[in-house]
Amino acid sequence: MKFVSFHLMPYRPLDLAEAAKYRSAWVALPNRFYDPIKGAEEYQTYIDHLVAGEELGFYALGVNEHHQTAYGLMPAPNLVASALIARTKRVKIAILGRALPLLDNPMTVAEEYAMLDNLSKGRIIAGFVRGIGAEYHSTGRNPYFSHERFHEAHDLIVRAWTEPGPFTFEGEHYNLRYVNLWPRSYQQPHPPIWIPSQGSSETVVWASAPERKYPFLVTFASADSVARYHLSYREHARQYGYEAHGDQLGWAAPIYVGDTDQKAREEAGAAVETLFNNFLPMPWEMLLPPGYTSMASMKNLMKMRASLGSRPRTQTAEELISSGTALIGSARTVRQRIEEMRERTGFNIIVALLQFGILPDHLARRNQERFAAEVMPSLRE
Amino acid sequence: MANQGSMLKVRGVNINLARAGSGRPVLFLHGAGGVAGWPPFFESLSRRYQLLVPDHPGFGHSDDPPWIRNVPDAAMFYLDFIDALQIDQIHLVGHSLGGWIAAELAVRDCARLASLTLIAPAGIRVKGVPSGDSFIWSPEEAAHNLFADPALARRMLDAPVSDEEADIMLKNRYAAAKYGWQPRWFNPDLEKWLHRIKVPTHLVWGAADQLMPVAYCDLWRERVAGARVTLLDNCGHLPHIEKSEVVATRIESFWNEVAV
Repeated sequence: MKFVSFHLMPYRPLDLAEAAKYRSAWVALPNRFYDPIKGAEEYQTYIDHLVAGEELGFYALGVNEHHQTAYGLMPAPNLVASALIARTKRVKIAILGRALPLLDNPMTVAEEYAMLDNLSKGRIIAGFVRGIGAEYHSTGRNPYFSHERFHEAHDLIVRAWTEPGPFTFEGEHYNLRYVNLWPRSYQQPHPPIWIPSQGSSETVVWASAPERKYPFLVTFASADSVARYHLSYREHARQYGYEAHGDQLGWAAPIYVGDTDQKAREEAGAAVETLFNNFLPMPWEMLLPPGYTSMASMKNLMKMRASLGSRPRTQTAEELISSGTALIGSARTVRQRIEEMRERTGFNIIVALLQFGILPDHLARRNQERFAAEVMPSLRE
Repeated sequence: MANQGSMLKVRGVNINLARAGSGRPVLFLHGAGGVAGWPPFFESLSRRYQLLVPDHPGFGHSDDPPWIRNVPDAAMFYLDFIDALQIDQIHLVGHSLGGWIAAELAVRDCARLASLTLIAPAGIRVKGVPSGDSFIWSPEEAAHNLFADPALARRMLDAPVSDEEADIMLKNRYAAAKYGWQPRWFNPDLEKWLHRIKVPTHLVWGAADQLMPVAYCDLWRERVAGARVTLLDNCGHLPHIEKSEVVATRIESFWNEVAV
């Protein structure tokens, strides 16, 4: 099994009670809530946390991109990746990912990933995403063209990595007379591409296609949903005429390992609630701007929402744990949850969010050490 | 009452077109919310005119062809649409997004137009006065920001919505994003060509419009020579709904004055 120590880099000093008065911690939360003195400490701590993951035996360290939010302080994750490269030797660096449709010129991602791949001598894993709905508000990008731009940007980047330049790229959104990548990527033909997703059937179909076979990482979903997407990927692979490898299936979740189930809940319960109830929530209009999902998916989501009725938007730690969205418990419990999923789907990549919400440093550090010492070894083979 | 609309195929695109009345043609281009039912405003206009109300490409029951990608495309399409209908001396009326399409059409070719009426049109931008962000508003905020009269907002929120209507509303929202998301509700290349509008023009605006603030009316008036302005107190972004009687009366008297 491949283990990724993944970080969102939330802004923990946030005044949660004050922040709750705004539409969301995304887009609308005034940036006067960000104190650079405290924020700079956060970056340092978080980077130290990730760097420690190399000695602990993780396969990769993971970062990602978010804009104009206290949820995550990495509008430019490649900058953090660069800092990680300088402080590590062997571990892979997974950028999960850059949001392609938001870009004016996708060549910047082809170039930056290639640079990082050279700087790290081939340790980069290239994640591609479409960004969260709120990011179509914060960048102004038109969500109606999100899918089109994603596919076109992806094609341009992969061609820039693999085809001899210079060549001309003729697209609908991107038109470049000269595509001639300097530097070329260190890994040949190109760095591995992983696709994190909150779950979209269109993305499963696309990622599993035989010319791609991209690992599909299901993020922040109940265990049943994760299994459903993994099995759907496997089913599509079969329809394409091949059997998907476990390395094509990933699960990204907040994970906390304590002495006992009870202790773990006491230590991490409040923190995981802040992740889901304070940092992540946004109104429907921000989450799903028109065109971000296909109209068919949108209708399904609207039906689901209607059937939920006037359910409060908060989720308790108990609910998050019992649905399997968060893995919080003793080492034995966490191991079991992962083994159960492996039995259900044969997945082979676990993207572990070991610091989440307001979880303080000492607990996050100990959590990462325990996960590495008490959960990873028996699952590794 | 109008018919429910029938399909007219223009350049391979099926357009749902509702018609009522007879006489001089009036082409009404709807706003980003689409056409819901047959409001009293349409009833009034169709008494003495032949009223034509199409669903824009991407809206209502019309097709959403991938090659119509922006408002200038929609404006060029409506020039073909007018050719196909073989109508002339048209009173063109556009509301909000439809006003934007109408203005883009008029700067390209006024030959078949008798007059242009723009009701709270989108399409240009007043620096320092951002238009309202209808894409981030919740349904409650949208209703209260669109109407000056809270009772009308309440009525809109409480109106029952059938499954079919909900599907159309969703489709309209997608199409509205295609046309108006970025830059938000304007084309940076429109304002500089507004002097090309060579037909009598009438601006109708609600003084309490929170989507297109009344400062936008002032800029339109500056850019379109001789434009007449009807400014309505206690009226929001939907003057033809909120003040339908007075708006219909003012528009008809404008037409009577400019008709040759």
